[in-house]
Amino acid sequence: MELAVFYFFAFLALGSAVFILLTKNLMYAAFALFLSLVGVAGLFVLSGADFLAITQLMVYVGGILVLIIFGIMLTRTPDKTDDSQSANRILLNSRRRFWGLTLSISLFLVLIATITQATFRLSGMPIKSRSTIKTLGVELMTSHLLPFEIAGILLLVALIGAAYLALNRSPS
Amino acid sequence: MLTDFGILLLFILAGLGLLGLILGIGRLLRPDRPNPEKNATYESGEEPVGNANVQFNVRFYVVALLFVLFEIELIFLFPWAVVFGNEDLIQQTDGRWGWFALAEMTVFVGMLILGLAYAWVKGYLDWVRPKPAIPATESPVPAALYEAINKKYESKTVNKT
Amino acid sequence: MELTAFIIKAIIILVIFGLTLLIAMYSTYGERKVAGFIQDRLGPDRAGPWGLLQPLADAGKMFFKEDFIPAQANKWLFIAGPCLAMLTALMASAVIPFGSTLRYDGIEVAVQGVEANIGILYIFGVVSLGVYGIMVGGWASNNKFSLLGAIRAASQNISYEVAMGLSIVAILMMSESLSVGSIVAQQHGGNWNIWYQPLGFIIFLTCAFAECNRTPFDLPECETELVGGYHTEYSSMKLGFYLFAEYINMFISSAVVSALYFGGYNYPGMDWVYTQLTAAFGDIAGHNVATLLGTAVFFGKALFGVFFFMWVRWTLPRFRYDQLMNLGWKGLIPLAILNILITGIGVLFIQPSLTAFLK
Repeated sequence: MELAVFYFFAFLALGSAVFILLTKNLMYAAFALFLSLVGVAGLFVLSGADFLAITQLMVYVGGILVLIIFGIMLTRTPDKTDDSQSANRILLNSRRRFWGLTLSISLFLVLIATITQATFRLSGMPIKSRSTIKTLGVELMTSHLLPFEIAGILLLVALIGAAYLALNRSPS
Repeated sequence: MLTDFGILLLFILAGLGLLGLILGIGRLLRPDRPNPEKNATYESGEEPVGNANVQFNVRFYVVALLFVLFEIELIFLFPWAVVFGNEDLIQQTDGRWGWFALAEMTVFVGMLILGLAYAWVKGYLDWVRPKPAIPATESPVPAALYEAINKKYESKTVNKT
Repeated sequence: MELTAFIIKAIIILVIFGLTLLIAMYSTYGERKVAGFIQDRLGPDRAGPWGLLQPLADAGKMFFKEDFIPAQANKWLFIAGPCLAMLTALMASAVIPFGSTLRYDGIEVAVQGVEANIGILYIFGVVSLGVYGIMVGGWASNNKFSLLGAIRAASQNISYEVAMGLSIVAILMMSESLSVGSIVAQQHGGNWNIWYQPLGFIIFLTCAFAECNRTPFDLPECETELVGGYHTEYSSMKLGFYLFAEYINMFISSAVVSALYFGGYNYPGMDWVYTQLTAAFGDIAGHNVATLLGTAVFFGKALFGVFFFMWVRWTLPRFRYDQLMNLGWKGLIPLAILNILITGIGVLFIQPSLTAFLK
């Protein structure tokens, strides 16, 4: 039963990822990314990381994907051939295929190497604690305090930089 | 074993089934006679101009950006809020835990407030305000006359209502 | 045992779905009646006694209307949009505790779909998914009005989600639990969170209005500017889904407000009622009757919330877009953060000194 659910979510995540690769319409790709991220959230739930799953939904699906979709809609240049008889597709011709392929394959190799070399301390152990959130809270305030505050600074820098880039470079 | 999330999944599946059922019944019952006029894009009765590939204000993007950062802050706040007032931890640290956690979180939130304040001061959050144009018409009747009439009938209308 | 648990859960799920849909249906009737009352007219009164069958007539109309899919629309996404809106609206009801527990044949069943220990976060995650129903539908319509409505909706929802989350954080600081069930259980009797969190309540309520796209925040479907907003191109049952989702969202958010701030199924004097009932009907039956009474109280609160939504709709005018964004970012978010600080000081300083003083 659980295995079936696992395969379902894995298929959802991977299938939509493949669809993103193959489709030419950027908006289709964005909505397929939605399915893919939801699938990954389902996988998180299955591995007992409920808080991570909700984080995935809130930050990636609810935030970053909206940002991506806004970005797509914002940056497209109006097409001269658009008339009332054409659908509102945002097509993308893939260029620099060689570099894209090289980059993604090398990233893939790095990830594979990391996963195979990592020691999963919890692998094979049954899931005991019902919720991870209290542990997370205590850890965040004690042993991971410095990374936590640094993350705050990183967020601040990202905010200021991105807002500056988005608004000060365009004449509007 | 049905875990909590298993039931949630069941819930979602039941919801999907319900939606499929309603749409299926609708499909059986309703007429289906499309023609090009009906299927044209609605643009207040005019011939549609271009398609819906419109560009919009860059501020929507900035709002989404701010949202992502605040959402991450929120994600950090949730586990913090759950353990912040924990009495065991406060007991173990002679009451220092709570103040420490509050101070740390104030620093963290303060940094994001700084970002919000930056965007605020720089005017990234200011939306274009409509400027209502007061119509200027040349009228031979002086404005003072209207005011005089208003004043004259003011007391009467008040009495009436 | 396994099978009975499964069947019980399945029944509860069906009952919750049925109730939510029924309440949403009659909210449309209630909306018109309230509007009629406020505007000094009768409202629907032809279908059945007092127009009570009006929602059924509306549903029938939705089924029998022809369904257009614009020629230039993306067919699948066009269908997926309203389905997603409806699904996210329905999903949130899973973790709401409608009552305490029912005892039957030695089994104790919570009157709640799922007692998830991250219930609030689940609701919050579902709310953040709610943007997509509108966004997908609005984009797939290939209509400028729809697209503008969808973008407005997305932008408005994400702006108010932050303040909503921050006001929930203040509740969590007091309850130390993410489970809606235990948050409600902590507000036993008249010990409701509204007494401790008046500011948080106002922020949460405002955000709930904005998340449901209700007046005064209904800019995504603002008919003077955008025709029908994101559902301009929709007809038949798909339009029905969008409208229905709005009413379900209204009910769910009123239910969440009453669970978080008004004690859910708790009411003052419930212990006295409980002892009276168990004395009168015996342990098990008395317990069950007390639970049902609590559930009735919960629905009373939630339905009053729905009425409040309607009341506000016919009282306040719509915001302008810049006012909406200013209220969200410059008003509610700083206030919500202030509320968190006040709550923190209250939990750390005022509460211990008060309890010491009372001892």
